Amino acid sequence: MQIPYTVEARPDTGLYNAKLGIWLFLASEVMLFGALFSTLILLRTGAAEWPHGYEILNVPLATLNTMVLISSSVSMVLSWAALRLHDFKKFRLWMGTTFTLGLAFMVIKAIEYGAKFEHHLYPSTDNFMAIYFTLTGLHGLHVLGGMIVMAYLLGPGSRMWKMEPDRFTNRVEVVGLYWHFVDLVWIFLFPTLYLL
Amino acid sequence: MAGHSAEEIKKETRVYVLVFVALAALTLITVGVSYLHLSFGAAVALALFIATIKGSLVAAFFMHLISERRLIYAVLILTFAFFLALIFLPLGGQVDNLSG
Amino acid sequence: MSVVERHEAEVGGHTDHHQEPFWRRYIFSQDHKVIGIQYGFTALLFLMLGFCLMLIMRWQLAFPGKPVPIIGGLLGAANAPGGIMLPEFYNQLGAMHGTIMVFLGVVPLLVGAFGNYVVPLQLGAPDMAFPKLNMASYWCYLAGGLIMLASFFVPGGAANSGWTSYPPLSEIATQGQTWWLVGMVFLITSSLLGSVNFIVTIFQLRAEGLTFMRLPYMIWSQLVTAFLLLLAFPPLEAAGILQLMDRVAGTSFFLPSGLVVSGQILDVAGGGNPLLWQHLFWFLAHPEVYVLILPAMGIVAEVIANNTRKPLWGYKPMVYSAVFLGFMSFIVWAHHMFLTGMGTAISSFFQTTTMIISVPSVVILTALLMSLWGGSIRFNTPMLFALAFLPMFGIGGLTGLPLGLAPSDIHLHDTYYVIGHFHYVVAPGTIFAIFAGIYYWFPKLTGRQMSERLGKLHFWPSFIFINGIFMPMFLQGLAGVSRRLYDGGDQYAHAQGVVHWNLFMSVSAWLLLVAQIPFIINLFVSIKKGVKVGANPWDATTLEWAAAPSPPVAHGNFPEIPVVTRGPYEYSPPDSDRAFLPQNAVSQEG
Repeated sequence: MQIPYTVEARPDTGLYNAKLGIWLFLASEVMLFGALFSTLILLRTGAAEWPHGYEILNVPLATLNTMVLISSSVSMVLSWAALRLHDFKKFRLWMGTTFTLGLAFMVIKAIEYGAKFEHHLYPSTDNFMAIYFTLTGLHGLHVLGGMIVMAYLLGPGSRMWKMEPDRFTNRVEVVGLYWHFVDLVWIFLFPTLYLL
Repeated sequence: MAGHSAEEIKKETRVYVLVFVALAALTLITVGVSYLHLSFGAAVALALFIATIKGSLVAAFFMHLISERRLIYAVLILTFAFFLALIFLPLGGQVDNLSG
Repeated sequence: MSVVERHEAEVGGHTDHHQEPFWRRYIFSQDHKVIGIQYGFTALLFLMLGFCLMLIMRWQLAFPGKPVPIIGGLLGAANAPGGIMLPEFYNQLGAMHGTIMVFLGVVPLLVGAFGNYVVPLQLGAPDMAFPKLNMASYWCYLAGGLIMLASFFVPGGAANSGWTSYPPLSEIATQGQTWWLVGMVFLITSSLLGSVNFIVTIFQLRAEGLTFMRLPYMIWSQLVTAFLLLLAFPPLEAAGILQLMDRVAGTSFFLPSGLVVSGQILDVAGGGNPLLWQHLFWFLAHPEVYVLILPAMGIVAEVIANNTRKPLWGYKPMVYSAVFLGFMSFIVWAHHMFLTGMGTAISSFFQTTTMIISVPSVVILTALLMSLWGGSIRFNTPMLFALAFLPMFGIGGLTGLPLGLAPSDIHLHDTYYVIGHFHYVVAPGTIFAIFAGIYYWFPKLTGRQMSERLGKLHFWPSFIFINGIFMPMFLQGLAGVSRRLYDGGDQYAHAQGVVHWNLFMSVSAWLLLVAQIPFIINLFVSIKKGVKVGANPWDATTLEWAAAPSPPVAHGNFPEIPVVTRGPYEYSPPDSDRAFLPQNAVSQEG
């Protein structure tokens, strides 16, 4: 027997299953990153000394990365719009762009981390570096996770477009929501760590 | 999601691009403001204010929260309440200590 | 035929046209019923293991410094040279007893087993919303459990800083603690995937006509529980990552500056805050205790309604109470931290919220008690366990009150009073509810009934001995005996008046083990030899009994998807001649 509401919305909730599912998951992610922000606040307010982010971290590089991530959010939502217009080629173009921008983000991040290590700045150096590496590291893992799913949707997962186009479109929407959330976390992470 | 017509989707696309421009601008603004080296309290307030606007744009338009269902709103409001508890209550435990 | 085989075979007579290979049907199954059974057996094994760890500890408490009989030699020279338990090993047993019982035993039983099996059936759904995710949840849980078990065998043994893992102690502890943290990451992931599944299933897959106020109380309790797991676990996951970073990457999130260990200043950056761990840990661990009790109340509600032959009294207040309880549970956590030096303002806040949260618990307990009034009570085994739950939970709840108030907590914190309090709620509380559920739903799973005689032989001694273990703990706690002492307070002057209770409690515990033998025999023998029953042997109203056969159909659960026309507990309906009306009854005649 088929599970209902995998594609079409249930009338009273107005949602299809995966849409509700991903928002619930994102709610849990708010609590995960929230705990790390709480950690940052508690450690910073309890510390005798705490550096300004711009004294230690590379603001221009991180600003570039912010632009990269924002762009990837746009390309992601455009890829979903393309599917709704039944333009599979455009979908591949925009989804590919999103993946590439995600990759660029990770490369720039790797450069940033590399520079820190070269200056002998590690998580164990002090609590500022510890929370910096942990917060950006966990965020980076989430970017990586999103990239893996995107690769699947561009690769073997794309077969579903021929057989069940609406279900595939929903999948892209759901992944998009995840990706926008990853962007959203960075929108708060960036000023908090780098600019204050 | 087969409910929308091609024109409506094209209109949404225009909104996405506008939001992108706004986000880029706000990013530059928030970086620029940081060079002013305001007092810590003001810097935090301003940074969070701009970040909230940016985040709201992403949530409202990219994540289409602006037209989402009540159930989703309810889940998010609940989450936000607990998020605030997690941020502020532990701080409250330090208040007596911070002031000496 | 095994239980699982019968599930797969009963497809209304025709052969399953896509015969799945053995490993797909029984090992990597996506069917919520098979997954529920997998969770059930795995969790019962862990429950027994956790119990056995305690039984070994209780030897040390009854006879401090004496070699453990029979198995003393098997414990290993590192843990118990000459069979005499080392304090470090006692601490391992303690930490792992708590961890295994809570995270590997009780919650996987309540949510993974009962939740998975019963919820889709009570909703009239063909399965959970995300079957693949469900399967992933189980395997994540198993992986986490195996990692936890493996930690006993690494150098230094398992985690030994309490299930609470407070730094700095947990961060200078042996490598078993790292294994514990990694295991927790797997368990939390499993829980997260599961909670998303439950919430979506309950909102989206309700049968036609099944409005929220017609949901069986079991479903409401699982829904609130799922929200607790969804939103409260992530901060502990974050904390676990931070503690892992401290242990493995040399960070100082929880390590204060200038910490001296064994006469040497620790070579770390410092500046960390041990209380940060406590805040993040208890942010989960307090809602966690409501995860332990709510589904249990759900089970008890089902069994009571069925065996009083009348609707639950106060269904709506019970529902609102469960929701309110869930919400409040997020803002009471620092009542576990009254002695940490938090300011009086924040202590007052948490005392207030803690007092408020006792109200919905009392409402639920009262409603369940009132539900008995005027009922035609059937004293079968599930009902005996459900009835016993009520006063046991009452004792557990009442003894929580002096703990939730800071002035009295100053004397009682970290004493045996606390151990008595929480065990009353979880052991003769939740675990009794679990037994009630097993006896109650066994016929649905297997099409056979468990023996009533063996059931009563299981119930009465269990009830007596479990009180024998935990009641004296209040006396010891009030006398000031601290918890986690490997000799049970034997060397303390202030404990001398109450330390004799240790022997009594240990004997009660060992007799409690013996009392489980009829249950184990009953469970396994009844699978093959139990009296065969029809779809609804309890004459129950909810959909899993009314519309699904016993056991349910392999793919899709129901021969026909039910349509719900009435509330969940229409026993002795006033406007009908029928003794009860199932939820999908078409008319007053049924």
